[in-house]
Amino acid sequence: MTFELFVFYFFAAIMVFAAARVITAKNPVHAALFLVLTFFTCAGIWLLLEAEFLAITLVLVYVGAVMVLFLFVVMMLDVNVVPLREGFVAYLPVGILVGLIMLLEMVFLLTQKYFRAEQFPVPARAPADAMGNTESLGRLLYSEYLFQFEIAAIILLVAIVAAIALTMRRRPHTKYQKPAQQIDVRKQDRLRIVKMPAEKRTS
Amino acid sequence: MDKLQIATPEIFLLAATCAVLIVGLFAQARSNTVYWLSQLTLVITLGLSLLQIGDESATGLSGAYTMDILSVSLKNWILVIAIGIFLYSRDYIGNRKIARSEYFVLGLFAVSGMMIMTSATHMLTVYLGLELLALSQYAMVALHRDNGEASEAAMKYFVLGALASGMLLYGMSMIYGATGSLNLSVIGDILAGNAQNLTDARTIGARFGLTFLIVGIAFKLGAVPFHMWVPDVYDGAPTSVTMFISTAPKIAAFAMLIRLLVGGLETLNADWQQMLAILSALSMVLGNLVAIAQNNIKRMLAYSTISHVGFLLMGIVGVTSAGYSAAMFYAITYAFTTLAAFGVLLAVSREGFEADQLTDLAGLGRRHALLATVMLLAMISLAGVPPAVGFYAKLTVLESAVNAGFTWLALLGVFTSVVGAFYYLRIIKIMFFDEPVDSTEVSPAGDVTAALALNGLAVIGLGLAPGLVMSACIAAFA
Repeated sequence: MTFELFVFYFFAAIMVFAAARVITAKNPVHAALFLVLTFFTCAGIWLLLEAEFLAITLVLVYVGAVMVLFLFVVMMLDVNVVPLREGFVAYLPVGILVGLIMLLEMVFLLTQKYFRAEQFPVPARAPADAMGNTESLGRLLYSEYLFQFEIAAIILLVAIVAAIALTMRRRPHTKYQKPAQQIDVRKQDRLRIVKMPAEKRTS
Repeated sequence: MDKLQIATPEIFLLAATCAVLIVGLFAQARSNTVYWLSQLTLVITLGLSLLQIGDESATGLSGAYTMDILSVSLKNWILVIAIGIFLYSRDYIGNRKIARSEYFVLGLFAVSGMMIMTSATHMLTVYLGLELLALSQYAMVALHRDNGEASEAAMKYFVLGALASGMLLYGMSMIYGATGSLNLSVIGDILAGNAQNLTDARTIGARFGLTFLIVGIAFKLGAVPFHMWVPDVYDGAPTSVTMFISTAPKIAAFAMLIRLLVGGLETLNADWQQMLAILSALSMVLGNLVAIAQNNIKRMLAYSTISHVGFLLMGIVGVTSAGYSAAMFYAITYAFTTLAAFGVLLAVSREGFEADQLTDLAGLGRRHALLATVMLLAMISLAGVPPAVGFYAKLTVLESAVNAGFTWLALLGVFTSVVGAFYYLRIIKIMFFDEPVDSTEVSPAGDVTAALALNGLAVIGLGLAPGLVMSACIAAFA
């Protein structure tokens, strides 16, 4: 067994275990954390496939942003998981049936002429000094696909404009900070010094 | 990145739109600054686009963008119609609690999306242009925030539109998988090389993708059976937005159809011909029959749109260049005829009153003769009565379908048009022979009246001299 194969099995085993725990863990926070572990090991396997850009994106976007948000939601909502698990046994046969059908479909598709493994030869290993795929993606994105890149940016701008236009309301009772007034405030406006004779402490 | 100059109008439009967006932040809520700036932007863009007439066709931006007679003339029409849309809707949105500057800015973004769609020769560009248009439209439908119907319409439009985009993307990914390219002309060459072998893995993959592509396009055009969103969205959206959706985007959708099916997948025409013929037949029958039962003008015009989309598809079904130019003429003339009809509806509406029921037009002939005449011209044009332009448009489409051997489809088109004439003529009857229910004075602004008169003149004038537009349509597919 080469080291590479060992790394693959190592990550794969953790991934399968974590994925199984995502659906079996009782506590939703634990389930979400196992999903993070799944993503992380998946990123490791993608690194083995020389897809380092995808691996980094998976960690940055899914682990770093999406799952953190998800965890926040889970913690804030305080979901009661007991009712969600009711009827697990009753639905199990249907679930197994659907799973089996999907498995059969996948097997059927992958053994067809067009999708069999020999149609997709193993790509040659990139030499160690070759351009990484982050760099090649970047070069393509900012040269050949620059126009499309700019349109995508404009689409995001439209999304921002639309979201603000649809949700921003000026409510009459909203309290705004007015920094100019805050700065203009002088001691006399806020502070009243009351002179009174000192009193004896009564203890 | 090469030949950046072929996208000059779009580049200017996008840059100017961002400037208008910033000005809109500081403009007074009731002032017309943003409106005038938007119109200025459109006029300059139109000027830049007009300058491209007669330039040699060129493909650039790494093969993603093209400038040919088709794209230049469609862009000019889209811009002219957009200027009309903004003019007609100015007072309508001013009277309602609709965010003014956002309306115009989103409108400008939508126009740039349409322009990108007409020129795109790369599936990624087609899709991005389409999304730019669609996202702006979803937001425009929802802009009338205090209106429950508008929000409901926007929600339906958004969900179904997203579904349609998904279908389109799925089809594109299948075609990419089959041919290994996103560039439509490269796809065309690869498929043409495999034309003899229809069971070849590549061709099968492409045909599979084609089916989804057509579902996506039919959704965007609103052809039966993918028309469900059309009546609800037309009805629920503010009338000015309904006008926007029903006019210029149809031209852009036509361009997308031509770019994808004729530009990229023409080798598979035996497949898409049949699918389009079925879509066309169903749209004409259902659109015209259901429109009869409508009392709401916006719903009626929605079903009328569906039937006209059927007619438009009939031109493409024949796979002849004469048919393509007939369909192009149909799309352009349909857009500015509908513009006139909605323009009148907007002019009749006033603060706190929506003209959307048939009875709201009762006696318009006595209340405002000019508006009624423009509406009359629009209606006889949509019905296909000579000498209005709609007659000539229908004639050329029918002629091309008969010449291509689709006589049954042409006959169906004629019969359903006769059925459709009923509801168009009913509006004329209501306007000129019924007693006015509402005697409030109709007094649109001077420039709106002038533009509507011009729009009505164009409907009749191009019917008398169709060659003015038709020559460009023929040249586009020569």
